[in-house]
Amino acid sequence: MSQMTRRGALLLGAGLTLTLIAVDQSAATPAEADAEIAKFTGGKTAESGKIAIDLPEIAENGNTVPLSIKVDSPMTADDYVSEIRVIAGGNPNPGVVGFHLTPMAGRAEVATRIRLNSTENVIVLAKTSGGKLFMDRRMVKVTVGGCGG
Amino acid sequence: MADKPRLRIPETANKGDVIQIKTLVAHPMENGFRKDDNGKTIPRKIINKFVCTFGGKEVFRADLEPAIAANPYFEFTVKVDESGTFAFAWVDDDGTVTTAEQSITVT
Repeated sequence: MSQMTRRGALLLGAGLTLTLIAVDQSAATPAEADAEIAKFTGGKTAESGKIAIDLPEIAENGNTVPLSIKVDSPMTADDYVSEIRVIAGGNPNPGVVGFHLTPMAGRAEVATRIRLNSTENVIVLAKTSGGKLFMDRRMVKVTVGGCGG
Repeated sequence: MADKPRLRIPETANKGDVIQIKTLVAHPMENGFRKDDNGKTIPRKIINKFVCTFGGKEVFRADLEPAIAANPYFEFTVKVDESGTFAFAWVDDDGTVTTAEQSITVT
C-alpha cells in the first residue's frame, strides 16, 4: 500500500508539472496582446497553418532575434497578402511591426530582427486582399531580455 | 537620425523574376524603456516607418515599433517586369527622412 502511495504521489507531481507548463504557455498572451490581435482581426477568427514562422527556439540575446515569415499565398493581383502583423505577447508593448505588401512582391516572404523581453509567444497575423485572416504563433525561450529597464 | 543605408539588390534580373531585397540602416532604435546611469528614462527615438517604391509605386512598407532591433534590417521580395529604380525611405520619430536609391536592369 505504501509503495502505491509513493507511485501515486510521483504521478500526481508529474501531472501537476505538465499542467503548470500548459497554463504558463497560454498565459504568455496577456490582455494587451489579445487586444492587439483583435484590432487586426476585427474579432473574426483567423485560420492557422498558413504562416511559416522561422525563429530560434532559444534566443540568447533578446536584443536582436532573427525572424522570418512566409505566408502561403499565390500573390496575384486577385489574391495576395496585403498585411502582416507581428505581436510579442511578453513585451512591454505587444506590437512589433506591421508589413504592407502588394502583388508586386511576388512572394509573401519577409524577414527582420526583433527584440523580445522574456520567454514568450510571437504571434504572426496575415490579411489577404480578399479579407481572409491567418494566424500562427511560435514560442521563443529568451535568455537575456532585450527591452532594458 | 538613420545613417549609412546599405542595400543588397541584384544589378540585373530576367523579366518576371522574383528578386530578394535586403536593407539595413544604422540607428539605435531607442525603445523608451531603458534608463541612463542616473536612473532617468531615455526617451523613445526610433525609425517608425520604412517605405520601398519601384518606379514611384509603393511595393513594400513597414510600420516599426520599439520592438524592432537596433539598425533595422528588412528582407522582402519584388517581382520585376521592367528596368527601373528602387527608392527607399526611413522615417525617424523626429521627422528626419533618410533615403537611398538603386537601379536594376531587367532583360
